[in-house]
Amino acid sequence: MSQRIPVTELTPDFRGRAEEALADGQLRNNFRVAMDSLMTKRANAFPDADEREGLRELGNRIKAGALSRLPDLLEQLEQKLTENGVKVHWAETVEEANSLVHGIIEARKGSQVVKGKSMVSEEMEMNDYLAERGVECLESDMGEYIVQLDNEKPSHIIMPAIHKNARQVSKLFHDKLGEPETEDVNQLIQIGRRTLRRKFMEADVGVSGVNFAIAETGTLLLVENEGNGRMSTTAPPVHIAVTGIEKVVPNLRDVVPLVSLLTRSALGQPITTYVNLISGPRKPDELDGPEEVHLVLLDNGRTGAFADAQMRQTLNCIRCGACMNHCPVYTRVGGHTYGEVYPGPIGKIITPHMAGLDKVPDHPSASSLCGACGEVCPVKIPIPELLQRLRQENVKNPEQTQQVKGGGAKYSRTERWIWRGWQMLNTRPALYRSFLWAATRFRALAPKKAGPWTENHSAPVPARRSLHDLAARHLDQNGGRPS
Amino acid sequence: MSARANILGKLRNSLAGTTPRPDEFDERLVTAPWRYAPEDRIDRLRSLMEAVHTEVHPCRSDNWPELVAELLNKRNLTNLLCAPSREHGRALQAHFEATEQKVELLAYDQPVEAWKEELFWNVEASLTGTLGGIAATGTLVLWPDRHEPRLMSLVPPVHIALLKASEIHDNLYDMMVAQDWAAGLPTNVLLVSGPSKTADIEQVLAYGAHGPRELIVLVLEDA
Repeated sequence: MSQRIPVTELTPDFRGRAEEALADGQLRNNFRVAMDSLMTKRANAFPDADEREGLRELGNRIKAGALSRLPDLLEQLEQKLTENGVKVHWAETVEEANSLVHGIIEARKGSQVVKGKSMVSEEMEMNDYLAERGVECLESDMGEYIVQLDNEKPSHIIMPAIHKNARQVSKLFHDKLGEPETEDVNQLIQIGRRTLRRKFMEADVGVSGVNFAIAETGTLLLVENEGNGRMSTTAPPVHIAVTGIEKVVPNLRDVVPLVSLLTRSALGQPITTYVNLISGPRKPDELDGPEEVHLVLLDNGRTGAFADAQMRQTLNCIRCGACMNHCPVYTRVGGHTYGEVYPGPIGKIITPHMAGLDKVPDHPSASSLCGACGEVCPVKIPIPELLQRLRQENVKNPEQTQQVKGGGAKYSRTERWIWRGWQMLNTRPALYRSFLWAATRFRALAPKKAGPWTENHSAPVPARRSLHDLAARHLDQNGGRPS
Repeated sequence: MSARANILGKLRNSLAGTTPRPDEFDERLVTAPWRYAPEDRIDRLRSLMEAVHTEVHPCRSDNWPELVAELLNKRNLTNLLCAPSREHGRALQAHFEATEQKVELLAYDQPVEAWKEELFWNVEASLTGTLGGIAATGTLVLWPDRHEPRLMSLVPPVHIALLKASEIHDNLYDMMVAQDWAAGLPTNVLLVSGPSKTADIEQVLAYGAHGPRELIVLVLEDA
């Protein structure tokens, strides 16, 4: 297992990928069906609008409060976890985080890792990093396992393999595992269960993410339905949890509303099958559980988002995926079009801090600003407002200091001049009137091509007379012009 | 500079001159919508758990071992992992001996490393106690310990849980506060709300993903 896992080659730009996705009827159908169902489930899980809004407000206050004293909470978390016997590590970059994880595995001479679902480990591309160093890192969430088996990346943060249907999974299991073809989902899941059960038993190290880290008690909380998270964090002798620094909350009681918001927003479930609270490694008198528990706290651009009070709200996110489920753009183009770890609305506002806005310059404008994401966000992140802010950051003069990593990538001198002209025209009445006079009288000279607009639309032609003219004439003829 | 110092330094720098927001936790929001009359708690828990494929059987302290034998025999199971060091383990053992049950009772009495292979492939069912239940979400609360370790409720394909009716709380918040969890948690606390499941393929719900395929809850109405 030393070869690098190849990632499916994607068209390099967002527009190109979006066009490909839009032309793929199967893909569009898979997403449409799944997103419709997830939206219905969420709506049913919040039958009382007052209850829902009260809880969202509370969720927002808890996260905003936690961020307002984040450094203190991180220190408290570290202290409590250390008291409980958990080793805490800090990493500014994904390279540092990977090297820490690899170091822990190496110290145990480990060669097999099973991983529960973790988006932070996706940020780190941990599977590839470890594979290059001779460590097999196997995804154990069914969706993640399917995606990994097909050398793909997740297309949804909660439902990683949502872009595939049963027939595609059946073919994959047939080709890669030699299993007989079946479109029966139960049988497909049983194939996954059998294959992974041995891996859980044999693994030297289990890796997981963290949904909430509780500073008060020094506890890592994980939610899941499959049991793979419990397996990964309990069966192997070492457990390494990786998480972003924004996941800490002050008190144990805070997770009551947050877990409820998370599972109801994500899947429409009152609670997931398992909520797993880990507060330490195996004690001397206990008979199972990992002998070592590690927590890697990763920055990877989060302190950059934190530095700006408006952008800081991005870090409220509890990774429920409701914003993508409700996004008309995501539903049509699918997760892979975004080309980054986090797709959909949350991806658009978080990726710039991780990868730089210049790497994803089309993301902020790939939105109709319909507002659905902001309306459903369980912790009330004003996503549309942040998208508009990023649009501004995108076109700032690159010579000025940038407030977002990679800002100013879409700056255009021509555009700047056009807007300046527009401003002049609209603030000087005499100039405006003469422009209007000229535009209507010489309408035949209007350009026939107006960039991409005229690829799919007819070119706009000014009317014979402006509304202003018509109104003036009407009032002259019929009287009533105000004196 | 260490990564730790850099991260904390950047965060502190960004917060310079600001004051932390006050703690505005409002417990009514997580309790008021989730209150039930004592006589409705079992029904609420039962209907939510049944909705996710859990078998819930009301029974009494004196007849549950009989029910366990019946459930195991119906499924043709040949062994059951349970804790002989616990009162319910002893009760079950006594009943199985008295009625000459063929089901073999296994004990989790050694570190997992000593019998991992057997635990993962040969144990067919397990029986554990619970710390209580939560009516609001249809949830069992487990605090694994040396008698009933963490993997006991996860690895065997069938998990039978004993739940005392008097220990069913309205909601998670009430239970946490009543038992003062914040004062100190064990190494692992589990909230279990059904058998293991997944909807990762086409959103079709399938049970028995990686944990138990079946969860059976015996509610002891007189306890």
